[in-house]
Amino acid sequence: NSESSRQALRELLFTTPGFEKRCAGVILYEETLFQTCVDGTPFVELLVSKNILPGIKVDKGVVAIPGCEDRGETTTAGLDGLEERCATYYQKGARFAKWRGVLTVGKNGKGPSERCLALNCDALANYAAICQKNGLVPIVEPEILTDGDHDIAVSQAVTTVVLQRVFESLNKAGVLLEGMVLKPNMVTSGVDCLKKADAATVAKLTVETLRRTVPPSVPGILFLSGGQTEDEATSHLNLMNKNSPLTNPWTLSFSYGRALQATVLKTWGGKSENVQAAQAALFERADANGKASLGEL
Amino acid sequence: SRDRGLSESPRTMAALTQSLTFTGQRVVSRAAPTQKRASVTTKAALKHADELLETATKMTMPGKGILAMDESNATCGSRLEGVGVENIEENRRRYRELLITAPNLGEHIGGAILFEETLYQSCADGTSFVDALNAQGIYPGIKVDKGLRPLSNTSESWCQGLDDLADRAAAYYEQGARFCKWRSVVSIPDGPTRTAVTDCAYGLARYAAICQNAGLVPIVEPEILLDGTHGIDETMEVASWVWAETFKYLADNNVSYERMLLKPSMVGPGADCPVRNTPEEVADYTLRMLNSRVPPSTAGIMFLSGGLSELDSTLYLNAMNQSPNPWHVSFSYARALQNTVLKTWAGDDAKLVEAQGILVRRAKENGMAQLGKFVAGDVSDSESESTYQKNYVY
Repeated sequence: NSESSRQALRELLFTTPGFEKRCAGVILYEETLFQTCVDGTPFVELLVSKNILPGIKVDKGVVAIPGCEDRGETTTAGLDGLEERCATYYQKGARFAKWRGVLTVGKNGKGPSERCLALNCDALANYAAICQKNGLVPIVEPEILTDGDHDIAVSQAVTTVVLQRVFESLNKAGVLLEGMVLKPNMVTSGVDCLKKADAATVAKLTVETLRRTVPPSVPGILFLSGGQTEDEATSHLNLMNKNSPLTNPWTLSFSYGRALQATVLKTWGGKSENVQAAQAALFERADANGKASLGEL
Repeated sequence: SRDRGLSESPRTMAALTQSLTFTGQRVVSRAAPTQKRASVTTKAALKHADELLETATKMTMPGKGILAMDESNATCGSRLEGVGVENIEENRRRYRELLITAPNLGEHIGGAILFEETLYQSCADGTSFVDALNAQGIYPGIKVDKGLRPLSNTSESWCQGLDDLADRAAAYYEQGARFCKWRSVVSIPDGPTRTAVTDCAYGLARYAAICQNAGLVPIVEPEILLDGTHGIDETMEVASWVWAETFKYLADNNVSYERMLLKPSMVGPGADCPVRNTPEEVADYTLRMLNSRVPPSTAGIMFLSGGLSELDSTLYLNAMNQSPNPWHVSFSYARALQNTVLKTWAGDDAKLVEAQGILVRRAKENGMAQLGKFVAGDVSDSESESTYQKNYVY
């Protein structure tokens, strides 16, 4: 794990032929925003030349909530100095940002505590407002972890409440919904659930939940993949777009990390002779997910 | 003392603090503040879930809207007296029979909202109004709020009616009602204050939950009154606030949006605002506001006319349906459907057929507006006149 290997990985990804056909944006870590290709071309310049928008993660990770340590709940840090950092990132070429809040289904599936919800939703809303003020489209990511043995109904109930509160906070902060993107989890069974729901049910309940909580002004919902395998993440997305009996007012697509990079990493293994094969793997995943966002698989 | 400050060495500070003796009362921290309480509540299954969904779906078919005819006895009375008809029960019954039995009214009217008295009345031939409506393919609805009262320490109103609402709703369902309505108001010249907006939203949410559980599809109506000199931007701000609050409490109350209808006022200028807006501007503002507040699972949005002329009510609705919306966008009109009808009848049964014809035509015009296909023909003076009454008390 050195800076040069991180640079090599990212260069591999961004120079993948045809990558720009399926990826409209890339979320970067701060280090990457300021890095260059081996030939000196700044990553940002390379991306922009391919019509790919550079985005930037702006949160500073999770911190425990005072008084809720016994529940293992966290909020996300990073609001201090965010305004200045946004200005710097915009100047460097970023045009969107990302902030990840992390929540759990709670004890007995009764959801996060009110305190945890309030802190996470307000942090997301404040972040979003600051970003918009500085020309960055905020990706709002309230991830509910799949840890646990709960069934899919619990995931639906908790996701519903979390999304309701997120939009409550966004409204209070005056965030322009037309200028943001939502990055939610899908509604799934818990990782240790004994009776896992099938892909069609995941797709159906996810869309149902979003239709109950996300106002039409939001232009796009780009899912996180969480702990899903590459195939699961693609299949779920495809079913959502294929089976939906109602026309959804927002795009349903992907904002995947592991679900795009898992095979790429394994194939590359850090060796330059594997770059082409790894790039082919990336294109294959990106292409599949692009088709899934149109329900074409 | 002041010249010591932070430069004191740790050892000196430790020695100093050790010399202090605490003589106060020890306080033990209490456990479990309410903030730790879980956020998800279990919700029992809705008893009439399928029927509610069927009602909501049928009432929001393309080209369909709602006839609001739930004027209280006092309000209905002032309308009747306005055309020289005495306000007695028989006249109210005669007028409502005229509306309910208009031929083919069910083509564009999916539901009719009734006042309590009307729900229990019958046609002259003995057919109950409920049966007559069902024969037309029109769902009977019922106003369930108990009216507005002054809101203490403000110049605004609040809406009463939650006490024993569950029992009343059950009785109305038994009588044949399948949907209901509750109208709360918010006034821009008088505020609106936080209390008024909160009560409006909260009352509507509690009413909606109670009525869904009794088998009635709730129409949620937080009317922002037309009264005032405010411009369209201010209406936009207030409407965005009111609908955010309303959905907040609807969410808390676990109301099913697929089985719920909204009845908003359009986002336009106040009645006395010197700056007027076109139907396209009103449509644009209104849809922008609703798109930012109303989840797509909501069964339908049925606008109130609130003092607009019959013609404007139809033109504005038509402007809102020029491209597909995420939900059914339609009408729940009272004055905008009845104004000319009532004036034409004016108590004279020789005019009954003509009056019914006007009602059916107005319903069809608004049905066309729901489809975005309304073209104004020759419009009578009556249909062009504003139905706005300043300080109108419902």
